[in-house]
Amino acid sequence: MEKSPNYDDLLQIIQPYLPEDVASDQVGPKSHFVEELNINSAHLVDIVLDVEDKYDIILENEDMDQMQTVEKAIDLIQKKLAAK
Amino acid sequence: MDRRVVITGMGICAPNGISLQAFGKSLSMGISGIEHRPDLKELNFGCQIAGFPKVDQSHIDNYFTKIQQRGLKASGLIYGVIAGKDAWTDAGLPIDNEAEPDWDSGIIFGTGILGVDKFREAIYLVDQGEVRRLGSTSVLQTMASGISAYLGGMLGSGNQVTTNSSACSTGTEGLIMAYDRIIQGRAKRILVGSCSDSGPYVWGGFDAMRILPRQYNDNPQAASRPMSASASGFIPASGAGALVVESLESATERNAKIYAEILGGSINSGGQRGSGSITAPNPVAVRRCIRSALEHAHITAEEIDAINGHLTATVKDPEEVRNWKKALSLNRDSFPYLNSFKSTIGHGLAAAGSMECVGAVLQFKRKEIFGNVNCKDLHPEIEKEISPDRIPIKTLGYEPKIIAKASFGFGDVNACVIFKAFKE
Repeated sequence: MEKSPNYDDLLQIIQPYLPEDVASDQVGPKSHFVEELNINSAHLVDIVLDVEDKYDIILENEDMDQMQTVEKAIDLIQKKLAAK
Repeated sequence: MDRRVVITGMGICAPNGISLQAFGKSLSMGISGIEHRPDLKELNFGCQIAGFPKVDQSHIDNYFTKIQQRGLKASGLIYGVIAGKDAWTDAGLPIDNEAEPDWDSGIIFGTGILGVDKFREAIYLVDQGEVRRLGSTSVLQTMASGISAYLGGMLGSGNQVTTNSSACSTGTEGLIMAYDRIIQGRAKRILVGSCSDSGPYVWGGFDAMRILPRQYNDNPQAASRPMSASASGFIPASGAGALVVESLESATERNAKIYAEILGGSINSGGQRGSGSITAPNPVAVRRCIRSALEHAHITAEEIDAINGHLTATVKDPEEVRNWKKALSLNRDSFPYLNSFKSTIGHGLAAAGSMECVGAVLQFKRKEIFGNVNCKDLHPEIEKEISPDRIPIKTLGYEPKIIAKASFGFGDVNACVIFKAFKE
């Protein structure tokens, strides 16, 4: 099983989706993906798929709505892994 | 005020060249981009050869960000973006990230079908009950207007951004649509182009129609033989061409280079009446389209120096030549030079018109009429109509003033445009 998620793993997943004018050191645990990091909301779908692949979990639509920051994404993944 | 419309930039992603320079050189020297395709052989195609741009990862890195590259499978989209961005840059226009859209610039970038390989991937996932795994770009890569949508975002175009589709006349039709919009004063410039995907899923239907040659699988470069007695079908191809069409006023204002003027053009359909059908052109309509383009451009048949035909290398080529001959009412010795680029490109389908318009216009700059490769055995029916020296098999040094270009497509649709070497 995948080890539990940490900040660096998440950052790696998110990084390709950051707009060109947002550097990865601007990402903090509480930065909002869409509102602060300016990630195109359509790409949240791709981030969800990448997270699913990495942790072998399934994220539902409700989960996606909650997954708004790095911190919240880590919480969510931990819960999903614990429930497996 | 009478507006004039000029071409200020061009870009190309063709089977025999992915830059204006390479493409011009290939057309001039008769270098073919048609190659054997192991995938077509594997899939039991009758015709196992095709013309396709040799795009590699370094091209893709130059035109698409890392994120745009994720799951990018629409080959036509890749070709279209390469040609489109190159044409824009060639016109000396900026690609910047201004907050304000460029209200004066539009895009008309056509295609027949886009992102077939992406669509195939989606179909497999959907059928496996995995629709949730399609990702965010499945729609964007497979909608027909995906190509104009991608380019529109890259260039920040704020005028009309659309995709036209009229089979093999798509690219030439788009040019006339852009001309019309600029003449009307509704845009200063429009990036016009067309693109077509590569691969078995696009080309298969034509193979099934038995209109592609099957006897050249070991000799791909000899396969496409427009106007020859041995022409036995067209070679499927892919790619994209793009032209920046602009009002002369705007071009002069920003001191842009000018490749040629567009004097006018015509678009029509044969209505699939008479001897026209969904696959065969009604000759009455073809001739009418050509004559109406001349009228619209205010020129006479005698003024045309060169014609770049549709001429796909099927048994229908003599009929096209007869239509030109009747439409122009010129005798066989005073006929304009006539050529087809499909001998080295293949038939780029929706991309054919735009790739060939770029090639036709390059002849002004290079002061050449590109030769007809694989046409040493001119079809006797064509020789009856036109003196063979008007159909050069080698590239000629010659400075054309006026070039006519036509494209015809399934659905019995026709487009003919008239280019002129630019003079103030």
